Amino acid sequence: MIGFSRKTKVTTGASLPVIVGIVVACVFLVVGSVRSDIFAQQTVAGLSQGAIYASLALALVLIYRATEVINFAQGEMAMATTFIAYQFTLWHITFWLAFFLTLVVAFVFGAVVYAVLIRPVQHRSVIALVIITVGLFILIDGLVTWKWGADLKFMQAPFGNHVYRGGGVAFSRQDIGVLAVSILSVILLWVLFQFTKLGLAMRAAALRPAAAALVGVRVDVMLAIGWGLAAVLGAVAGIMTEASQFLQPTMMQPILLYAFAAAVLGGLESPAGAVVGGLAIGVFLNLTGQYVGFATSEVRLPIAFAVLLVVLLFKPTGLFGRKQVRRV
Amino acid sequence: MKTRLVIIGVVAAIIAVLGATMTDYHDGLGARVGIYFVAILGLNILIGYTGQISIGHGAFMAIGGYTTAIMSYYHHTNLIATLPLAFLTAFVCGVLVGIPALRFHGVYLALATFAFAVSVPQLPLKWSKWTGGSNGLRTHTTPSNTWLYGVSWSCAAILFVVAWALLRGRTGRAFRSIRDSEIAAASSGVSLPIYKTLAFGVSAAFAGVAGSLLVLVTNGFAQPNEFGVILSLQILIGAAVAGLGSLWGTLVGALFVGLLPELSSSAPLIGSSHGQDVVFGLIVVLVMILLPNGFAGLLRTIDSRVNSAIKSDTTTS
Repeated sequence: MIGFSRKTKVTTGASLPVIVGIVVACVFLVVGSVRSDIFAQQTVAGLSQGAIYASLALALVLIYRATEVINFAQGEMAMATTFIAYQFTLWHITFWLAFFLTLVVAFVFGAVVYAVLIRPVQHRSVIALVIITVGLFILIDGLVTWKWGADLKFMQAPFGNHVYRGGGVAFSRQDIGVLAVSILSVILLWVLFQFTKLGLAMRAAALRPAAAALVGVRVDVMLAIGWGLAAVLGAVAGIMTEASQFLQPTMMQPILLYAFAAAVLGGLESPAGAVVGGLAIGVFLNLTGQYVGFATSEVRLPIAFAVLLVVLLFKPTGLFGRKQVRRV
Repeated sequence: MKTRLVIIGVVAAIIAVLGATMTDYHDGLGARVGIYFVAILGLNILIGYTGQISIGHGAFMAIGGYTTAIMSYYHHTNLIATLPLAFLTAFVCGVLVGIPALRFHGVYLALATFAFAVSVPQLPLKWSKWTGGSNGLRTHTTPSNTWLYGVSWSCAAILFVVAWALLRGRTGRAFRSIRDSEIAAASSGVSLPIYKTLAFGVSAAFAGVAGSLLVLVTNGFAQPNEFGVILSLQILIGAAVAGLGSLWGTLVGALFVGLLPELSSSAPLIGSSHGQDVVFGLIVVLVMILLPNGFAGLLRTIDSRVNSAIKSDTTTS
């Protein structure tokens, strides 16, 4: 290797037009928020919902990068862990303690799902993997409904229903809280991946499993940890969803679709893209809901589907994805 | 070939005799199995024979179901006459979905069809004036369970023959070559756009017929809830349990999806109405891990083992 050096450039994968587009969108949101109170309120509420989509989308992307599996059960896993948090609060554990206990349970849950269900079939066809996660979807759905029932449940609201007023604008404390918790967990995860040895090993196991194994990384363990962390992010998304609505077994199904749309918009393999995509979808859905007469609440899901379809048709690599060249 | 025809004849005879002798309630149950048979058959053409995955077939069933309900409610069309209409409507929709699907592969196709399945049941809620919203629409008459049993298994028989005729010849070969390698298929002159959209259309048309039968079997109600994402997942699972790429396994898949809820709700320990999903999910996961080729694959393995055992017996003796 003497005299041969490869330059490696670290980029997010976003091209210049994409960055310009994101900047323009941010300027548009800020200007709109300054000029109109309702616009500002809808933007903040959209960011808050978008942060939930972003967490779940990031969970999907983590798993896709590590094991090339689209986990259709991600939403249901998040829902199940939220029910576990609910069970903790029934035992008179305070909300935040229950929250952190649930994250631990979620981590173990995710790692076990990988070890028991995914690892044996990991090298089979895409169809087999999809069907396994679909089976898991139904299994979890059944277990939760069996244990807790399908009726609505109520949990103590973690952020209260206080509303902050600034000028004519009202922000609910809940929206701010959900946004803060989701973004904080995303940042913590980024720090873990970027600045710790464990994170390095995990990235190596995901990107170059054979090479990582050769330098002593235990690839299986790393992938299991990856699944565990994804489940933790899902649990955050689930509990934060619960904070803004009721708890029921179907609560994450629409959110899973928004998360899919977010992940695809960001380019299925890009963690940064998933976060940007999630926030963008949340804001976009709320603003169209406010200002476009046709976009009533019934068509939120079809709009997300339309976004997903348009991205897949015209820019399949998403905003941040890299083009992959396939050899014939 | 001959033995196959005999088996088909025997199975058809059993189904016919069962329909005539069973109680009304069991006829309803049997009709559901027939409906799942049609839907799984359609999905199997798409996944098992052309290798395109769809998690969105519940949406095509919704399209077929609403075709029947709308024709019956607004125009009092004969229920039997609505079935070919559902077939055609779903075929057209299938082709329309199949065209953009040409550009998607693997997980992307799975994602897009899943999103389709989640979105379509929202549309009747949007245009609720016309479709009855979440209450749904009801057909102008509701047939008896015995009638339903007869009609759904007749549809199943007709569509089974259609599928068999389609898959045994040139089209079937084109489908399978696409499944095995798109590049090789294209290089040998198989037109990918035509055959892939055709597979989507036919598969959706089968689902459409199943959907309109499903509306009839649920007291003639077409409701958005009925066609939720779980329905799509159940059909997909039925096809997987049956064994993708096998017309024979379809019957097993249909029995599994159609009867398991009934059996597991009366089983001990899990005997609540929600236990069914637990058993359902558990079996699916186990089958996928233990039997990679589904039930049909298991049969094939047993068959070849028995054959080789017989052969080794004859050679040693």
